[in-house]
Amino acid sequence: MNGTIIVNGAQIEIDFDPADTLLDVLRDNGHTEVKRGCSKGECGTCLVLLDDLLVNSCQVFAATALGKKVTTSSGLNGDGRPHVIHESFADAGAVQCGFCTPGMVMATHSLLTTTPDPTDEEIRLGLVGNLCRCTGYVKIFDAVKLACKRMRKDG
Amino acid sequence: MADYTTVGKSVKKIDALSLAMGTEPFTADYPLDSPLVLKFMYSDLAHADIVSLDASRAEALDGVAGVFHFWNCPDTFYTTAGQGYPEPSAYDNRLFDHKVRFVGDRICMVAAETSEIAEEAISLIDLEMDPLPALFDPELARDPDSPRLHADGEYMPIPVRYQPEENVCAGLNIPLGDVESGMKEADFIVEHRYTTHQASHAAMEPHVVACYLDPRDRVVLVTATQVPFHVRRIVGRVLDIPIQRIRVIKPRIGGGFGGKQEVLLEPYAALATLRTGRSTFCEFTRSEVFVSSRTRHPMRVDFKMGVKNNGEITALVMDALMDSGAYGSHGLTVLSNAGAKVLPLFNKIPNMLFTGSSVYTNLPVGGAYRGYGATQSYFGFNQHIDMIARKLGVDFLDYCKKWHIKEGETSDIFRILGEGKEGVSQVIGSCGLGECIDVGAAAIGWKEKRGRKQRGANGAIRGVGAAVMMQGSGIPKIDMGGASIKLNEDGSFNLAVGATDLGTGSDTILIQIAAEALKAPPEKFEILSSDTDLTPFDVGAYASSTTYISGGAVKKCALAMLDQLQSVAAEALEVDKETLRHEPECFTDPASGKSFTFEQIGYRSFYAVNQAQLQANASHTSDVSPPPFLAQFAEVEVDPETGVVRVVEFVSAVDCGQPINPILAEGQVEGAAVNGISFALSEQFVFNRDGRVTNAAFGRYGIYTTADMPRMQTFLVPTDEENGPFGAKSVGEIAINGPAPAIANAIFDAVGIRLYDLPMTPERVFQALQESRSQEEPSA
Ligand code: FES
Ligand code: FES
Repeated sequence: MNGTIIVNGAQIEIDFDPADTLLDVLRDNGHTEVKRGCSKGECGTCLVLLDDLLVNSCQVFAATALGKKVTTSSGLNGDGRPHVIHESFADAGAVQCGFCTPGMVMATHSLLTTTPDPTDEEIRLGLVGNLCRCTGYVKIFDAVKLACKRMRKDG
Repeated sequence: MADYTTVGKSVKKIDALSLAMGTEPFTADYPLDSPLVLKFMYSDLAHADIVSLDASRAEALDGVAGVFHFWNCPDTFYTTAGQGYPEPSAYDNRLFDHKVRFVGDRICMVAAETSEIAEEAISLIDLEMDPLPALFDPELARDPDSPRLHADGEYMPIPVRYQPEENVCAGLNIPLGDVESGMKEADFIVEHRYTTHQASHAAMEPHVVACYLDPRDRVVLVTATQVPFHVRRIVGRVLDIPIQRIRVIKPRIGGGFGGKQEVLLEPYAALATLRTGRSTFCEFTRSEVFVSSRTRHPMRVDFKMGVKNNGEITALVMDALMDSGAYGSHGLTVLSNAGAKVLPLFNKIPNMLFTGSSVYTNLPVGGAYRGYGATQSYFGFNQHIDMIARKLGVDFLDYCKKWHIKEGETSDIFRILGEGKEGVSQVIGSCGLGECIDVGAAAIGWKEKRGRKQRGANGAIRGVGAAVMMQGSGIPKIDMGGASIKLNEDGSFNLAVGATDLGTGSDTILIQIAAEALKAPPEKFEILSSDTDLTPFDVGAYASSTTYISGGAVKKCALAMLDQLQSVAAEALEVDKETLRHEPECFTDPASGKSFTFEQIGYRSFYAVNQAQLQANASHTSDVSPPPFLAQFAEVEVDPETGVVRVVEFVSAVDCGQPINPILAEGQVEGAAVNGISFALSEQFVFNRDGRVTNAAFGRYGIYTTADMPRMQTFLVPTDEENGPFGAKSVGEIAINGPAPAIANAIFDAVGIRLYDLPMTPERVFQALQESRSQEEPSA
């Protein structure tokens, strides 16, 4: 099968198997910022925005994404530069191995879009689909709060 | 405390931003030229002989490049344990065997154009298997009627006990003093059995390797490993190719925790690449990681301690039985560390006996896992001390403060118990445990909460508990790290280290150490870590060695570079070298007030006078392994109706010497602590009667998520360790050891029941509550 998806603003022509997931085609087309931790929808390392919806890209068939806009962590800011959420994760010490981080960043973005000033409980629930084995989540919570503060100031 | 400019500052991790964006390449992100995909066929029997294997239908399938099995591969025995040479682990593993030893053991491997073709090829392999009786209970391992797993020429490469004919892959007998008379002196004896369970490292990045031939046909392995140099050596030996012909590159690593101290996939990828001439790629699925990589060794530990009414422990007997699973990776050293990292903590016990065995079973294979035996042992040890303190009527924390090892003291255990040989005696140079206990107790509200059994609104009962512990900093006289530094003409430096950053931030920390020694800002350093062609040797990232050992090498190397810089500056300023003052990025002659900068030194030495590349090398080992110390505290809420235990608050106070980078040190403690909590309460392998893991998925294994998180507080209690670089000790492993016993002690504080077995699931807690109720009030 083939078709077009728009990844981080750029149209890409994809040639794929019906069984291929969005994660497969993203990674095959150089978008290795989207990580594969489980392929089962259970870790959140593969999170992307499909149009405005946060999805585990390992759980979406590539065919579903045809003609749609996909945003990955490296495209979050729109200009290839770090987004304030990336900076907040780095500044808060929330990045250890970093394998979970692009997914964490996408989940944070989604949370802060719907809930610009989340409570601690809302942060916990907002990131519940993202596993991290390195940080114990403590500095990830700090990073979300820092991003939230910085985005309020900017906004 | 010394006044540092870069050390002790939370310098931003050099790769944090690019990792967050996703632009740092991990192994699976390396572009390969249409690689063959490697897939394994696994046993669904726990123990069986492979009577015949016919791969002809698979080989005939379009897109299959090769099928690899016992009958066409080297049959060298080796260990997958990525340890120094010769490894203190049994050589009991082959690439493939004519026997399988657990559900999930390798039968053969297919190299194919796509993973779908590889899967199809696997389904076309004709196998005849002869099932053998399986051994699942380690307590029965030595029983003469039990099946034997290894008796085909397996051997131990070092002169220690190895008895595969009894299913024993390692054994220990460490006597100190006379326990019998020690027990007689005691006023009372506390004796109990504790068990700890399997656990998956569950690094978010699965095990993964890519392999290709370079233009001169050398084997290049890009791999998610903690031990690149051990990978090179072991691959060379297994495949019988010169080490010179192998290059191992470590890119970014998505977490290891010991799981990537195993040389699991690399020999297969190298073999397939050599046989086919093609690049190859092998990535474990998550369920393969759970079942067919490595686990934390389950351990049964019996403690018996004789105690006088004044609190003195007169004798300690510890007997451990470790389930090594089907192969003996780290079988000896995890067992020995269960004693070596625990017994010196209460160093005033004159009589001790530590015995133990590691035994084979037909279950998934144990390996190195953060904590490395200490986790298994501290679970029982700290509960034992809690019981003793309660019997004596003294506070647990006061008891620990009185009896733990102090600065200037030693323990005979350091001397007699090493890794596969005798240990190394050492005197403790820094110990902040007393202060850690005070800081942590204040933070959790120990005095106000201990023994209060407060009831929450939901009827749950609260309690607090604590645990104390030590670890080590590298393996003394064994671990070695190397570093090299060269100067560029702009006054910047390239730092090359064999040390392996697997996500801890060690690249950043090693830069900070070099920056401090050279008085240059960290931004002036570019680091390259772990490429066996380009960086000096290092044993790798394990045994809590990187900051202490590799950091020691970096500091030495930076000082050697400084000396060269100073010579050039003296020559340029035409003064005596000794008169120069080292200032930030320059040297100053106090007499004339003239300075010569690192940049000027760079240009002069490249282009002007006595041209030379200024470059320094250094290696470092240590005669001692200064322990970090830690006190951890849990406040729990136990629901007596359901047995559910919720950790409300968790506090860690750690002495890791001088923290090089506080935010990264805290991150190590927090990550290890949450892993430990999750291990204690919810993570577990579930097996069916055939020895198959039935929950090999994130969703069913029980890793803590953000929703499970307690409130966490972490404190760094600095000390100055004279043997460490700028006073540093290790911090990577220790904090995984305390959660299980601290929680168990807190459960006792809340509801008066002891949990002797991990994990402390609601069913177990509920059952223990039922039992204690039926004891209290015999049924009418
Ligand atoms: S890879 Fe998609 S959720 Fe884990
Ligand atoms: S930083 Fe390693 S998994 Fe989150």
